[in-house]
Amino acid sequence: MASNFPILRLGRTLIVPLMGDLDDRLVLELQGEILGRIEKTAAAGLILEVSALDFVDSFMARVLNDLTTMAGLMGTKTVVVGLSPTVATILMELGLALAKIPTARDLEKGLAFLNRLIEEEDGVGDPDAG
Amino acid sequence: MPDRMTAKTVPIVTEPDVIIARQMGRSLASRLGFSVIDQARITTAISELARNIINYGVRGSVTFCGIKGERGEGIEIRFDDVGPGIPDVAKAMSHGYSSKSGLGVGLPGSRRLMDDFDLRTAPGEGVHIVVRKWL
Repeated sequence: MASNFPILRLGRTLIVPLMGDLDDRLVLELQGEILGRIEKTAAAGLILEVSALDFVDSFMARVLNDLTTMAGLMGTKTVVVGLSPTVATILMELGLALAKIPTARDLEKGLAFLNRLIEEEDGVGDPDAG
Repeated sequence: MPDRMTAKTVPIVTEPDVIIARQMGRSLASRLGFSVIDQARITTAISELARNIINYGVRGSVTFCGIKGERGEGIEIRFDDVGPGIPDVAKAMSHGYSSKSGLGVGLPGSRRLMDDFDLRTAPGEGVHIVVRKWL
């Protein structure tokens, strides 16, 4: 399935490396693709991989927040992975703590974190089951 | 008044212009010898303030130059727009205003990222910002 953006799938998790210069139009496209893929694959987890971004401004912070919220509406848990010390410093100085988005240091930890969340959720019994 | 090397101006009319301005700013900051993290601070401030031109200022321009003064060498960037201006500067500069959605951190955030920050505005006369960062 061709896509303008790299969206990788690993088990029940989608991994999306964010890179390059995104403008409003590309952001809308990307959001549409991610949500479409979540629906198609019933993905339980989403990793936003940002190590290719050498800075994050309020626009990008909002993109990350919106993606997390939209995925959440579809029942998918999101983790941001790959924030460099530089980016973390600048986000703090800008006054944006990305408070609502879980982050993990690297892909491995991000996947482990998501898998734990997904397992916890699967463990909850279906109240309608006989 | 710092000495200014030749200035370069980028018109800011559509969103892709913000990206051009950013790249030009980063390139100049790198050539001037700013550290990687300061390059990132400068790039982020440009992105925030140039986006403000698009979002609130109708259209405008960003002007870059290297500067030399008592404080040594540095970069100076001007942001000028033809929009309606900022009615309540104190409110716009107060941290936390609309910061939930990420909007509104542009002005106070950029001031924190840069060393010097000067803003001039009047109703109907646009917004004119000069920021500087020193090596």
